[in-house]
Amino acid sequence: MTDDVMATPIAGRSLWGDAWARLKANRAAMFSLYYLIAMAVICVVGPYFVPHQYTTIYADYVRTAPSLSSYPKPDMIETALAEAVKRMRVDVKEWHQEGERVFVTVASSKAVDERNARYLDRSDTFDDAKVEGKSADGREMTMSASVKQQYFFFGTDNTGRDMLSRTLMAGRISLAIGLLAGFVAVTIGVVYGATAGFVGGKTDEVMMRIVDVLYSLPFIFFVIMLVVFFGRNFVLMFLAVGAVLWLDMARIVRGQALSIRRQEYVQAAEALGVRTRGILMRHVIPNLLGPVVIYMTLLVPQVIILESFLSFLGLGVQEPMTSWGVLISVGAKNIGTANWLLLFPAFFLVSTLFALNFVGDGLRDALDPKDR
Amino acid sequence: MLLYVLRRLLTAIPTLFVIVTLAFFLIRVAPGGPFNQERGLSPEIKANLEAQFGLNDPLWLQYAHYLNNLLHGNFGPSYNLPDFTVGELFAKGLPISIQLGASALILALILGTLLGTVAALNQNKWGDYSVIALATAGSTIPTFVIAPIIQLVFGLSWKLLPIGGWGDGALLNKIGPVLTLALPQIAIVARLMRGSMIESLRSHHIRTARALGLSDWSVVVRHALRGAVLPIISFTGPAAAALLTGSIIVETIFAIPGIGRYFVDAALNRDYTLVMGTVVVIALFTIVFNLIVDIMYAVVDPRVRYD
Repeated sequence: MTDDVMATPIAGRSLWGDAWARLKANRAAMFSLYYLIAMAVICVVGPYFVPHQYTTIYADYVRTAPSLSSYPKPDMIETALAEAVKRMRVDVKEWHQEGERVFVTVASSKAVDERNARYLDRSDTFDDAKVEGKSADGREMTMSASVKQQYFFFGTDNTGRDMLSRTLMAGRISLAIGLLAGFVAVTIGVVYGATAGFVGGKTDEVMMRIVDVLYSLPFIFFVIMLVVFFGRNFVLMFLAVGAVLWLDMARIVRGQALSIRRQEYVQAAEALGVRTRGILMRHVIPNLLGPVVIYMTLLVPQVIILESFLSFLGLGVQEPMTSWGVLISVGAKNIGTANWLLLFPAFFLVSTLFALNFVGDGLRDALDPKDR
Repeated sequence: MLLYVLRRLLTAIPTLFVIVTLAFFLIRVAPGGPFNQERGLSPEIKANLEAQFGLNDPLWLQYAHYLNNLLHGNFGPSYNLPDFTVGELFAKGLPISIQLGASALILALILGTLLGTVAALNQNKWGDYSVIALATAGSTIPTFVIAPIIQLVFGLSWKLLPIGGWGDGALLNKIGPVLTLALPQIAIVARLMRGSMIESLRSHHIRTARALGLSDWSVVVRHALRGAVLPIISFTGPAAAALLTGSIIVETIFAIPGIGRYFVDAALNRDYTLVMGTVVVIALFTIVFNLIVDIMYAVVDPRVRYD
């Protein structure tokens, strides 16, 4: 018996292994994590599978309500047909539908040109137009065309663009911006805060005064100044936004670095003659990582909200590129007539923010040393 | 105490000075000027306009001018709304923003404290969980989503409230904006209150009060609440400053003529005086409310003394 026990020594769990085990036990956080992964995958891969490009304009389907069945609806065929025939400058004599195909006979006072059939193809509703026959005097012509079946699960927007592909594209942009700006903020904040905390003394004093002064300026003023400087180039702008959000990170890291420096194990390491570099790598940085990771998960939703806020004001991402903020701002202006323009992007944004929050809370519980 | 207040007000002056200076030079460094965007403005007229507002003077002179005017309570003329001075714009818009902000703040403080206390008293029961759920929702859903949804539900579907507009301050017009402003704040207050109330209920004097046989009501309201409101008070300072100076989102969506909208428009149009005016007003509010908070602290908690 005892031999068996001795044969498999119990492996201690590392800080990260321990945290992971705690996180796995937190069902809300794990569900949110999977949700976020699914959301990211759908937004990145999804647009390739949606048959509509996010920039394609379907003139026949402006502000079409979301529907699980295919378009065109039976009553839409006649309007689309009338529209196409109007372009031919002829009159509809008779039309009927046989299965997938529509047959239309047109009449005119002059001879009807066969090339007119292409007007049917140009419509978003029809496809594969053919001339079936002409009357002897050429003033009547019968054409047929198949009805193009299209799906708009999320409906279409004011110019007739598919909302599903737009919402997914928007998600790509919003998530990418959140990660990008979050990463910039964390990098600047960690470097600045760790330097101030570790160097200490007068340098620390001056560096932190600078942070205080930047804090006292209204935040939105800062962001708008950056927008003004960097124009509407959104990548540059969100690097800049990241460059604004580092203030909290710097404070947290500095405080942490200061307190770690004063720990006995660091003094012991110093007494043993470990170099500064070694102390930084072995003691300071691993102990800093926890708060940094937690703060980063809380920062990403902040950035996404900020991006949406700026896009809402018309300062962020510009058309035809889109983001959840852009879509919500359009939706907010059209709630009376087309509420799906608001509801779908709002659901995507809010559920992502929720999930990010739960993951952040879960990580805080998993990594918080006070909790052990 | 009076001495402390005076000293705090004195230290506010250099802070304000630094903010004004920074904002002044930041907006001036930005490319473009207030009269660049106007269409069909001939170079002569533009030059004249710039001369009239003294924009051709050296920057330090303009800065000195601005500071001098500011000290006399004069915010200067607005460049892009030429019929108004910045002071007049504030006189019209600020009362509206303050009304909405103050209502939202009071609502948030009352409801938030109440919900937080209920949650703390029912810790880990369904009452607690529903408050936590509400708080999470309130603090994650952005205002620019809440506002149109309030419009959609109460304005369009149920037709209870007007969709937007100020309506000369009619009560119904205020409900939507106040709710939108208040919801995130209710969430924060409830969360803070829950945490500090749980802590407060665990403390020794509460145990003593219970041992003395005081009623639940008396224990919670007279003894626990007093210790628990401290975090709420420190939250109130910055929150009040932010709420009372108007929210651009709420004012844009509900078409409210407050001052929240000016900031962004002014910065984009390089309306220098209006931007500066807004920065000064926000900074003033922040300083004053932080001072009020510190005084309140001493009133609520006798252990806090300022000599």
